Amino acid sequence: MSDKASKDFHENIKDHLRPDGRKPDDFRPIKIEVGVIKRADGSAYVEFGKTRVVAAVYGPEPMHPRHLADPEKAVLICRYNMLPFSVEERKKPGPDRRSIEISKVVKDALSTVVVLEEFPKCMISVDMVVLEADAGTRVAALTAASLALADAGIPMREMISAIACGRANGQIVVDLTKEEEDAEDAVDVPVAMSSLTKRISLLQMDGDLTIEEFEAILDKASNSCVKIHAMQRDALLKKYKKEGEEVDIDDEY
Amino acid sequence: MKDADSSSKAEIVLPGDILYRGKNMLPGRGTYRHGDEIISKVVGLKAVKDRTISVIPLAGAYIPKVGDYIIGEIVEVGLNYWLVDINSPYQAAMLMFDIPEFVEKNADISRYYDFGDIIYAKITNVTKTKYINLTMKDSKCRKLVGGLIVHITPSKVPRLIGKKGSMVSMIKNITGSFILVGQNGRVWIKGGHETLAAEAIYMIDMYSHQKGLTEKVEEFLKKELEKEGDGNVRQSK
Repeated sequence: MSDKASKDFHENIKDHLRPDGRKPDDFRPIKIEVGVIKRADGSAYVEFGKTRVVAAVYGPEPMHPRHLADPEKAVLICRYNMLPFSVEERKKPGPDRRSIEISKVVKDALSTVVVLEEFPKCMISVDMVVLEADAGTRVAALTAASLALADAGIPMREMISAIACGRANGQIVVDLTKEEEDAEDAVDVPVAMSSLTKRISLLQMDGDLTIEEFEAILDKASNSCVKIHAMQRDALLKKYKKEGEEVDIDDEY
Repeated sequence: MKDADSSSKAEIVLPGDILYRGKNMLPGRGTYRHGDEIISKVVGLKAVKDRTISVIPLAGAYIPKVGDYIIGEIVEVGLNYWLVDINSPYQAAMLMFDIPEFVEKNADISRYYDFGDIIYAKITNVTKTKYINLTMKDSKCRKLVGGLIVHITPSKVPRLIGKKGSMVSMIKNITGSFILVGQNGRVWIKGGHETLAAEAIYMIDMYSHQKGLTEKVEEFLKKELEKEGDGNVRQSK
């Protein structure tokens, strides 16, 4: 039996199939929903396989504490948080080094598209909660945050889509799982790209790659971001289509 | 002809959608120009009017505009000013000389307007840093006493008013209520079938851009009124 399993594994390698049977360019099953939290101004739920994230946006609202307000533009506040039961071993609740870093990179990525100049002295809070983590939580959180901001009616120059690419078991793959991320040669490269100008707003790398590998990863990531953006569009339209069915505009506007 | 076509088939656009390529149109509300393209900034309905392309947002906070009539609540009384919550990220200020009453020297101005008072006021000034000035010196402005207030999405207020006020006057006629609509998404209802009018207003908020909404709301109101009529008859027996 174990012989057969090992043979299967080598077959898989030969066919370039991944541990969960995906091809290198395949995503895990992706589910995106907009407007999942009624109380928030905007919200979204994103699922990449077993990675599940909820994002909620509040604002624009008066900046608190007041002395941190910027008289020229709004302040974007991002909070990334993992629930204690989101990982295999219980995580101590509250912010830690990792979540503070992710909050910061997500904020930097979103700041490139949100038109903060329209709301001086205000703050816009983006809260992201990881319900279940199986690698790629920061890209899922960013994808959800971008949708939640759009849902809250906050002006953005364009949308942001994000995906993790990388190297695992000797090949360049898209949307890594935790299993792949733990491979010996694994390198994880989360990439976020804007939908219209295709500018990269988040790029991280935790390992060594050759220039060729890196370029291949970037190529795959940009193709994947286009696909993710299409899914984001569908999810947003699904929420608003039902309101806008046979839309009718009055002259009053 | 061209206008009729564009208004009957409004489409929903998302942030980053290209609305127009070329330099013959102007970017309006909810859009921006990037090179040759006019691009949407918000989720909303694309609207073309003359040479301007704009996007009517389907969500978002109220951003004050000069000349808007709003329904506000007094949240602070100062020595010579009031601070008013106007359902926006920014608070508005109303100065002593912005009210029609004569204010005596060294008077406690809470005599005129006090905490929690609801007012229908006009915005006279909005600065770049979003300092907002209100006035009560206008024939329409007044203190609102009694009745009830409902909230709708501020960007849907024009839909509630309807073409030349058709929607709101229809609700007024059927329910017999007095209705005052603030541009900031607050609606004051007094008298008549208050709760029924509120339900109709929530209905408009929910299905704001469906075709033939006025008729649907009218039908709903008439049906509900009939039901209520039945109930009354039963009670009297």
